[in-house]
Amino acid sequence: MTDMAETRSNRATRTGGPVAADVAPEEDLAAHGLGASLTPEDAPAKVTGTFPYAADLWAEGLLWAAVHRAPHPRARIVSIDTEQAEAMPGVLAVVTHRDIPGEESFGRKVADQPVFAREEVRYHGEPIAAVAADHPDTARLAAAAVVVEYEVLDALTDPQESFESEPLHPDGNVVRHIPLRYGDPSVSGEVMVEGMYRIGRQDPAPVGAESALAVPRPDGGVEIYTASTDPHTDRDLAAACFGLPPEQVKIVVTGVPGSLGDREDVALQVPLGLLAMRTGCPVKIAVTREESFLGHPHRHPTLLRYRHHADAEGKLLKVEAQILMDAGAYADTSSDALAAAVSFAAGPYVVPHAVVDGWMVRTNNPPAGHLRGEGAMQVCAAHEAQMDRLAAELGIDPAELRKRNVLATGDLLPTGQTVTCPAPVEELLDAVREAPLPPLPKEGPQNQWLLPGGPGGAGEPAAVRRGVGYALGMVHMLGAEGADEVSTATVKVSGPTATVLCAAADSGQGFTTLARQIVQETLGIDEVHVAPVDTDQPSAGPAMRGRHTWVSGGAVERAAKMVRTQLLQPLAAKFGMSTELLSIADGKITSYDGVLSTTVVEALEDKELWATAQCRPHPTEPLDETGQGDAFVGLAFAAMRAVVDVDIELGTVRVVEVAVAQDVGRVLNPRQLRARIEAGVTQGVGAALSEHLRVAGGMVRHPDLRTYALPTALDAPEVRIVKLVEERDVVAPFGAKAASGVPVVVAPAAVASAVRAATGRPANRLPIRPQAAAVGPQ
Amino acid sequence: MLPTTLDEAVSALTAVPAAVPVAGGTDLMADVNAGQLRPAALVGLGRVGGIRGWEYQDGHAVLGAGLTHARMCRPDFAALIPGLAAAARVAGPPQVRNAGTLGGNVVTGAPTGDALPVLAALEAALSIAGPGGAHREVPVSHLLAGVEMLQPGELVGHVRVPLLHAPQTFLKATGRTGPGRALASVAVVLDPVRRGVRCAVGAVAPMPLRPLEAERWIASLIDWEGGRGLPEGALTAFGEYVAMACIPDPPAEEAGGEPPVLPPAALHLRRTVATLSRRGLGRALA
Repeated sequence: MTDMAETRSNRATRTGGPVAADVAPEEDLAAHGLGASLTPEDAPAKVTGTFPYAADLWAEGLLWAAVHRAPHPRARIVSIDTEQAEAMPGVLAVVTHRDIPGEESFGRKVADQPVFAREEVRYHGEPIAAVAADHPDTARLAAAAVVVEYEVLDALTDPQESFESEPLHPDGNVVRHIPLRYGDPSVSGEVMVEGMYRIGRQDPAPVGAESALAVPRPDGGVEIYTASTDPHTDRDLAAACFGLPPEQVKIVVTGVPGSLGDREDVALQVPLGLLAMRTGCPVKIAVTREESFLGHPHRHPTLLRYRHHADAEGKLLKVEAQILMDAGAYADTSSDALAAAVSFAAGPYVVPHAVVDGWMVRTNNPPAGHLRGEGAMQVCAAHEAQMDRLAAELGIDPAELRKRNVLATGDLLPTGQTVTCPAPVEELLDAVREAPLPPLPKEGPQNQWLLPGGPGGAGEPAAVRRGVGYALGMVHMLGAEGADEVSTATVKVSGPTATVLCAAADSGQGFTTLARQIVQETLGIDEVHVAPVDTDQPSAGPAMRGRHTWVSGGAVERAAKMVRTQLLQPLAAKFGMSTELLSIADGKITSYDGVLSTTVVEALEDKELWATAQCRPHPTEPLDETGQGDAFVGLAFAAMRAVVDVDIELGTVRVVEVAVAQDVGRVLNPRQLRARIEAGVTQGVGAALSEHLRVAGGMVRHPDLRTYALPTALDAPEVRIVKLVEERDVVAPFGAKAASGVPVVVAPAAVASAVRAATGRPANRLPIRPQAAAVGPQ
Repeated sequence: MLPTTLDEAVSALTAVPAAVPVAGGTDLMADVNAGQLRPAALVGLGRVGGIRGWEYQDGHAVLGAGLTHARMCRPDFAALIPGLAAAARVAGPPQVRNAGTLGGNVVTGAPTGDALPVLAALEAALSIAGPGGAHREVPVSHLLAGVEMLQPGELVGHVRVPLLHAPQTFLKATGRTGPGRALASVAVVLDPVRRGVRCAVGAVAPMPLRPLEAERWIASLIDWEGGRGLPEGALTAFGEYVAMACIPDPPAEEAGGEPPVLPPAALHLRRTVATLSRRGLGRALA
């Protein structure tokens, strides 16, 4: 088995290698097991449109829900009158904060967010009431008919004013402050560069807007069908709001139509559950795109001020940074984002001294929360801009300057944590530096090249400048600062098929495919199914930061190995050898010497084998009052080289190519990995150039996809994977590292660096607006 | 209601005054879906005959209001009115181009409507059908400026555009490489017979702007007899002339004080208009 696994992974390496990167001969790889490009089981249904998402569900006697949302970013609620709405024909129930039987507030770290605004509205679009009616339009009209009298207050929208302003929330305005002190804070270098950076408000803008179906249970509880990515936490929080024991609330995870962060959360589940229990009927909600923009959490807008100290050779001496992040009105998991931002403020470089202050503050802006690479993405854009500045100041090649400072295994992070996992940063940087540059386009009508501004656009070849930029970045995997990262999985074998039961939501990261590959690899059984996820199964935790590849994948592997032992033990005993000497492949069991040869089905003798196992990585500790501590389980790194074309008169930018070298530990599914990297880079390009949810005075302007500019197929660059470094992380199951987060973190910094190279403008604000990329007299 | 002739559509609108006509629905239905508009009734124009093609009339093309952007992209149309074809090519993603119509673009009158600056530069006229077989012609700029409005029961049936047999360009700047709304757009039309240059700037104001002085000035410099050449530097000067006309400096304050300065975003917009006008005219004369 080991031999086979190695052969596969070697071949997988080659597909990602510099030579064959664009050829990707995936077809000749093994059809199953780890290292194979297995296709997701539900792919045909999703492609043909028959896959049932929550928005497609139906139940007998279905009612429709709609939410009344606040039209002001900040206001005192004088009165809420639901009489008119209740009197409308077809309306069965209206609920407000008065109707919540249990806890009125929820929140993962701190329970500070009310389900329905009670006395005060703190952001534009905050839910105030919910309505259930027999038709979606009736529900919407009734929601609009709820009369709320407001006393409008001045909204606090500038995070810099948050410190001085009167508290927006009983818990105060500063959610968290981390003053990181590392080394000697009084040191100063021969060369200093300073910069101010501003990162915009990216929206996850999932393909499918939020939707859910709640069905009341005869025991007084409720079942909620929705695309939750953290079903057990959601269930516990929702049950507390319902005033029910957790056993009476069940969350069934339907397919997730796109997830880059949190999806349907408690704020949607609780109103829906209340309506279902109140009416005794199933209630469904499918929010509009506008509501989706208003309701779900965004990326933290961040203001950063940096000062890098270095010696004349470009060796970094000290990094000083002030990081101010805007959490919106409620804390949620924002303190985690701040911890990542502060810890990675210096990037994947060796820095002997660091003084970093990070603040997470409340404002009346839209809520911010978990979105891939939160915290790390914002600081990466800033520290990479600082490296470019430092290189310009010293007259050193920017890539060379980075090479002189790269982090390696055994070095210390500014949090005092030793990097024990593989950190092949230099190898990654060399790989993107050595990769050939994309060809320069030829002029002439025969060879029309895609100019910035698109086909038929205003681009003029004479005004186009090409720029090449580099960026290095890192993210942490799994929850940090003492979070109990645990997952439980069960593997069942019955006849020729195996089934995996694990409450890990497949948010598109491909966990179900991976679970099938793990069982195929361990048990030699081809036909593996993954059971749907609900909260009756033991918890597997949230789908974020590559957790499921690590902990849930690890739990599945352990359970499968236990089943393997149960299966082989009787045979081994019979032949007087240990189970290690037996191997399973293609449904056949053979011994090392070939004496024994039977099939799995025969060995089972009509029995069913079950095993349940847990995976719990080594514990971490919270950052202390000077930002020190072993807070992270594992780190993942990437290097990117972006090539952009800029029309320097119009300031339009097109990303031609992004070359990626990534530290992946081990390739488990080459095709899936490639898709994750391409998706991450594209999301990063959006953050760098166009994605920013505009807010004026706390009011969300244009919450629609006409104005919120996601990258289209023409904006998405050619993603060239030049190297996948497979240096196995010994503490991670299979040695694999999470792959989705780090491309999102590094791509915006690489694009900004390339725009800087092309235009000479500072590009210190993301997304880069056209006026910041235009050159010449203004 | 799905009328099959323009007259039927007009009588349907007259019979139900609250009804809203819908052609491609690319603008209207977005507002309906967003809950901003709740029309009591819709009159679908998809089956109305005679407004999806065009015909010729004494030196003009009479374009049906139901012409889709996709139809206007095709080479036969591009040979007739290249400016409109260029605008249609960049008017959103293929789905929108297949459904959205010329008439819809005019009636919606969005500042970012891509056909509008071209129609303004062409000095197109709208032929409007009204109740009882009534018929009137209105310059497109009058409707866009609100000088003349569509009366209840009236429908834009056709758009009358002169055939100039000369190069026309339409350039727009957007925030991304894929289809997007114009930040600014410029249409340039040459009229060699009358030795005129007509230019209109879209998206920077509620309606397309015509820099008439700049047009006259540049037309007087073009060598119409020869290869339509221009003196050196004239293209750049034209661009700046147009931009200054469309995005003027704020009026100077009286009695000293700081001279007013436009915000950086407005300065960039001015620069964008200058660049687009220069490139647009340059390509038309090339």
